[in-house]
This record gives sequence, C-alpha cells and structure tokens, in this order.
Amino acid sequence: MTAPTKRNPLRDARDKRLPRIAGPCGLVIFGVTGDLSRKKLMPAIYDLANRGLLPPGFGLVGFARRDWADQDFMEVVHDAVKQHARTPFRQAVWEQLAEGIRFVQGTFDDDAAFDSLAETVRQLDEERGTGGNHAFYLSVPPSAFTTVVNQLSRSGLAKAPGTHPGQWRRVVIEKPFGHDLTSAKQLNKIVNDVFPEESVFRIDHYLGKETVQNILALRFANQLYEPIWNANYVDHVQITMAEDIGLGGRAGYYDGIGAARDVIQNHLLQLLALTAMEEPVSFRPSDLRAEKVKVLSATRLIGPFDETTSRGQYTGGWQGGQKVPGLLEEGGFAKDSTTETYAAITAEVNTRRWAGVPFYLRTGKRLGRRVTEVAVVFKRAPHLPFDDTATEELGQNALVVRVQPDEGVTMRFGSKVPGNSMEVRDVTMDFGYGHAFTESSPEAYERLLLDVLLGEPSLFPKNDEVELSWEILDPVIKHWASHGAPEKYKAGTWGPASAEAMMARTGRHWRRP
Amino acid sequence: MIIDLPSTTTSQVNSKLVQLREEGGAVTLGRVLTLVIVTDDGAKTEEAVDAANDASREHPCRVIVVARGARKAAARLDAQIRVGGDAGASEVIVLRLYGELANEGASCVVPLLLPDTPVVAWWPNDAPAVPAKDPIGMLAQRRITDAAAEKNPIKALEQRRAGYTPGDTDLAWTRLTLWRAMLASALDLPPYEKVTEAEVSGEADSPSTDLLAAWLAAYLRAPVKRLKATHGEGIVDVKLERRSGAVELVRPDGRVGTLTQPGQPERRVALQRREVRDCLAEELRRLDPDEVYETSLKALGKVSRGRTSTKVAAKPAKPATNGTAPAEAAEPEKAADKAAEKTADKAPAKAAVKASAKPVKAAKQAARAKAGS
Repeated sequence: MTAPTKRNPLRDARDKRLPRIAGPCGLVIFGVTGDLSRKKLMPAIYDLANRGLLPPGFGLVGFARRDWADQDFMEVVHDAVKQHARTPFRQAVWEQLAEGIRFVQGTFDDDAAFDSLAETVRQLDEERGTGGNHAFYLSVPPSAFTTVVNQLSRSGLAKAPGTHPGQWRRVVIEKPFGHDLTSAKQLNKIVNDVFPEESVFRIDHYLGKETVQNILALRFANQLYEPIWNANYVDHVQITMAEDIGLGGRAGYYDGIGAARDVIQNHLLQLLALTAMEEPVSFRPSDLRAEKVKVLSATRLIGPFDETTSRGQYTGGWQGGQKVPGLLEEGGFAKDSTTETYAAITAEVNTRRWAGVPFYLRTGKRLGRRVTEVAVVFKRAPHLPFDDTATEELGQNALVVRVQPDEGVTMRFGSKVPGNSMEVRDVTMDFGYGHAFTESSPEAYERLLLDVLLGEPSLFPKNDEVELSWEILDPVIKHWASHGAPEKYKAGTWGPASAEAMMARTGRHWRRP
Repeated sequence: MIIDLPSTTTSQVNSKLVQLREEGGAVTLGRVLTLVIVTDDGAKTEEAVDAANDASREHPCRVIVVARGARKAAARLDAQIRVGGDAGASEVIVLRLYGELANEGASCVVPLLLPDTPVVAWWPNDAPAVPAKDPIGMLAQRRITDAAAEKNPIKALEQRRAGYTPGDTDLAWTRLTLWRAMLASALDLPPYEKVTEAEVSGEADSPSTDLLAAWLAAYLRAPVKRLKATHGEGIVDVKLERRSGAVELVRPDGRVGTLTQPGQPERRVALQRREVRDCLAEELRRLDPDEVYETSLKALGKVSRGRTSTKVAAKPAKPATNGTAPAEAAEPEKAADKAAEKTADKAPAKAAVKASAKPVKAAKQAARAKAGS
C-alpha cells in the first residue's frame, strides 16, 4: 500500500483526517448463516460503510446451503445490521451497500456451486467495479476447511485474474488453527498450498480490540513504565480471560477441544507476547511480528505440571440468580467427557528481561464474571521504613490492563489512610477508555475486516506464531490427556481448588478480577 | 441536573463544582479537554451546547459557554451548571456576561479551565477577525470557526486566510473530509496519471467548495476552476481530468454521490452533508495544527473562478500535451487573471442578482447554520 500513497498527489502524511479507504474490492463469506456472521461480520461491514471506509461499489457475497435468492439474503443482512450495528441506521448507506449484495446457494463439495460463485464474483467485477480484488472469509467448521480451500483453488477463485497489476485474493480464517502442533502445521500447509502466507489473515479478534493495541502504546510511548517492565521490579504476571456463560449448544465445537486449546493457544499467548516482547524497531508488520516470534520462541511451560497447572470442569448450581447445568448435563456432551472448561498454566519467558518471572495464564467458562485482563504485579518495596502495623494492609503494587469489559488501565498502590497515625492501605487509580475517549470505539471485527481489505497484516498472527504457540502448549495438553478427568468446580466460582494451590505453592494468589 | 447561580463569581462556580463532585462521585476527573464556546446570548447558544454535548460523547470535556448579553446592562455574571443527563458526557458551565463584563470573557474563563489539558475555543457563529489574537483565542491551543455560519462566508474565508495562525481550523474544512477521502482514494489506484486540470462546482456561497478547490490546487499543481452550480446544495461536482479520462464525483441531492472513473462502472457513494456535531467531534479528535488546512487556505488564490457550471461533456485534456512542469505551474495565475476580467465585465449584472437574492440567502444561511453544509 505504500507505493500508491507515494504516487498519489492528494495524500499527505500530515493529513491525519483522511481515513484510509479500502480500494475496490469484495468480500465473500462462507458460513453466512452462522451466529458470528449475523452478530459480528455483517454489522461490522455496515458500520464500516457508514463510516465511509468501504470503497464505493463494495461487493458482499454470501455462500450457504439455504435455498435463498439475493433478496432473501439481503433481508437477513438488513435485519442483522438493524439489530446489531453500532452506528445508526441510514437508509442511503444501506441502499448503496445493498446494491452489491449477492447470494450463492450450495454445499462445500458442490463443484457447480463454486463455479457459480466464481461467475458471481466475475460479474461483480463488471457491474460494481470490484476490480478483481476479493477476500474470502471462512466462517466454517474445521472439518469443512480443507474442502473449501481446495474448492477455491479448483474453481480458480484463489487466484486474481491478473488483468491489472496489484490485484489480490485474500483468505480470512478463524480459530481453531489446528488442535496441536502437527495438525496446525498440516493446516498451514493446506492453506499455504493455495494462498501464499501474505494473503492469509488469521482472525484473533482480541488483537482488534483497542485495549490490546493500547498495551503497545502504554509500553512504548511512555517513559513511565518501561524502566520497571522487567524481572528487577515485576514479581509475576497474571493473564485472565473469564467467561460467565456455559457451553450449552456449543458441544459440537468444544467437546474434546477444551479451554486450553480454545483460548490459551491463541488469545492468551498473544496477550503474553504483547506484554513481554521487546520494543520493535518500528511498527511495520514485519518488525512487530519479529518481536512476537522472538518472545514466543523463548516461552516455555514450567513443570511439574501436577503442581504448576490446573484444569477443571464446571458442575451445576446457582449462578447469578439462575440455576445452571454442569458441563456433563449440557446437551451434546458425553456423560464422561474429560473436556476441561477451566485451564491455568504457568509459563516462563527465558530472556534477560524476564528470567525468573512466572506468567500465569488462566481461562474458564462459568466463572465469577466475564472479564479479560492482564495484571502485572510488582515486587514489594525492598525496605519499608514503617512499623509493621502501618503496612499490614499494603499489598503488592499492580498495573492492570482491563481488556474487557470496562476497558482501561488500573494502577494499584499504597496510600496513607487519613488520620493521625501512619497507616498505609491499597488504593486504585483508574483510567477508563469510556471516560477519557469515545463512548463507542470501533468493534474489533470492524478494525480487522478493514485491515484485511487494506492488506494490513500487523494484527493477524502468522503461521510461525501459531506453530510456536502450539509448541508451548502441547506438553501440558499431552500431560492432561494421560491424567484422567479434570477437577470439578462449582459454576459461578473462580475455578477449582488446584488453581489456588498452584499459586499458593510459591506464596502468591490470583487477583479477583 | 441544572443549577443556576445568578449574579455570581467564578470562585463560587468553582466551589459549587467541587461540591457537586463530592456529592455525585468523580465527575470531572476523566475530562480530556476544555471546550470554550463563544457566542452571543440567544437562541443559537442552545444549538451550540447541544452539538457540544453530542461531541462530548466521544471526548468527555468541560464545556464553558461564554454567552455575551446586552452590553448596556449593568456588569453582571450569571452562571449555570449542567451535569448528568442535561449535559451529555460533559459538564456544561454557561456564563452569561452583561455590561462591561461582556467584553472580558477571558477573565471569567481562566479560573474554570481544567488543569494541564488542552483548551479548544469554538465560535459557532461570528468569529473574531483573527481568532488567535482574541483574548479567549489566546488561551486555546485550537480555535474552531465556521465560515459557513457567517454573514458572508466567502469573505470570512478570506479573513481566515489572512489571519491564519497554527491551531486555527474551520468547520467549512471539516465538512470536506468525506469528499477529500473519496477523491484521494480514487487516485490511490492505477493509472497513476497526472491530473491535468480540475473543476469544482458548488453553491456560490459555499466556503467548503472554495476550500476543496484550493486543496486540489495546492496538491495537484494543476489549474483548478471553481464554478457556481445552478442547482444542488453545498459542493455539487468535482472533476479531475487525466489523460485516460475524467474522475468525476457528483452529488446533486446533498445525499448520495456518484463516482465515475474511466473503464469502471459508475459507483454510488453515501456522501450526506455532515451535521455540526459530527464536524465538531472530528475537530476535537485532532489538537495539533492542521498543516494541510493551512496549505489549502494559502492556495485559495490559485483557484480561478468561473460563473456558472457549464455541464460540459469531457473536454480534451489540454495541458497534458503542452509540455513542461514550469509552464503548468504558471498556468493558474494566467487563468485567474482571465477569470478576473470576466467577472469585471459582468459585475453590474452580478450585483443585481445578488440584491434580489438576498432574502433567500438569509434563509439559506439560517438553514445551514442548523444542518451544516
């Protein structure tokens, strides 16, 4: 994208008002009837159009088994947009978007359907001027993945027509990126046989969140934090992603996968990489990625796993005023399922900066509340010139990046309690995105879809990052597989007893987020 | 909640604010800037406050409204504090100044500025000749004016050019962003040919049209003509001539534009006219000097003027054939001279038209102030 910018006399680096609008292009969504598509993708596309960031003549093609005409699909998109879009509904914007909506009916193994898709895409180029540039969003189950990629290759959709220089085809894929190192490599090979790595965009929607990108700003734009961002001052790091919902209705995807594969492998290890990585020499995608790869390649799990990890499975009970079933009672799960719904691990980063600092990663379903955060917990002051009684209530200083909800940053430190005796107690200082900036910052999918259309890869993990994450995680998954069923925990609590135990063995404890 | 403090002082206002914060939780702590709105006391004051409240959803701020009342009255300060539901995500302090105090607004604003955060001044209607030299303008990093809301928008723009100081900006410029983005992205793609000439047409009194033409003149280094559209609102038509044909963006109805490029199908673009609140929110996003606006203002003189839009079908691109860069650079001046002659000829007629059009214009002005250009 830098080349045209240089040649375009109307672009000026100082002109910060001008947004980058994607060039002529279209998006094809597979699995368009799914929840993600209706709740996130379609609204995100409308929001982008409403903000004027989509090219005029944008094409949106849906592909699914349903027997729909263009009109029916348009109605579905319309309803999805009205219900879930972030920005207000404007008829003019909608009409302009609707002109480019198409639907192709078929199954993934149906050659004719893909040929008709290729024809639709070609027609869009002619009628709407999408210029031969198309992205394919694969919102499909892992089992259908290979078929779709091969069909794209067979029908010639994977290759740009080549009538103009710079035409592109891109593919967007979602987690799971395999279920272990071997399968991930296999999957990468299948994709890379058809699409070169620079056209592959792996969506990790966490990386599209403002707060996650803010970790980089916080660390590298400020003088305040970087000097203490190392093993000299940091005691340990806790990365948490908790959900209060259960797995009802998601058995097909989740049974046999479990919390570690579902969340730790992608979201949490990416958060770890952003928290622990060295400063990139620039924010160019390749430089950013080089640092992420470096830190991931230095990351190992700490054993013995019986003491440093924990896994659990929720049981039924009362949560937040509702009676909820346990995992084994949820529809679709085997009565003896050993799928974990809670996973916690201890990792270390073997670099000079982080030697000796444990990184605790945990995730779970049906926990106390929905929250994602990165907490950097600092060491205690080496000497306290107060009486013991004065600092009884003083904990460790902490810097917490609240990823969601209530996005922002919290700092915890000690402060004197008002009164005529010296007493120090923990207080917190909050920075809230909602207070300091926009009430509605763009949805993660908005940002990521736009980046796909612009061909801007910084927020998408590449194949080597995915493979490194599996390398980190594989040992513990193997260990768990040979050690029977996970420990039970009650819905609405913060996980099984072993989770507390793994922290207590080094005299630490989980923050209550 | 609205609290009236009649005949008061700023220190009383300040202590009331502290009291409110203690009662109702941390109200001011997350504010990122202070927005000072300078206006005459009247109906338009409320419109400006509403726009500021909307913008504050994106940038929580303290809004200080300096409403200048009757100069002949006895000097007095009436204050009003609005927080919570009546103030969006901001807190609004309305200062009504009467008598001699009306000209001393800055002295009332200083004690109420938030510590160590940027100050933005906004004149929603008539702005001082040189905003940066105005006492309140001197307090602000960023000074927002609105040429379209003034009595003579084109003259106002000329004034902005003469008095430009880094940190100045005008909503007539903000209203252009969508147009500029669309045009810039049209040139992002091949063929990367030089634009040989450009035409911009719009309403005669639309300062945004003038600025758009000036922006093109500054960056394309090609002759740019500013035409008066016979129909439509605000900016109506932009045409960029290139060897392979013209890139044209037309918006006849003020809502939906059509983008035409050679060799490509016609495309429709949602290009609705922007409301003041959207423009203000955009302005508050950037608090550094806008060099591109400065460059465009300075290029106003490079634009040649025609009288009416002659809806011509693609003219052959002349300058493409006539050679070297220096000759092209000299072109705008020549064209400007020609245009000056032309207008001089027709001056009496023009004056007559202007006189008869006056009431219409006033009505239009009011409408614009409300809806944005």
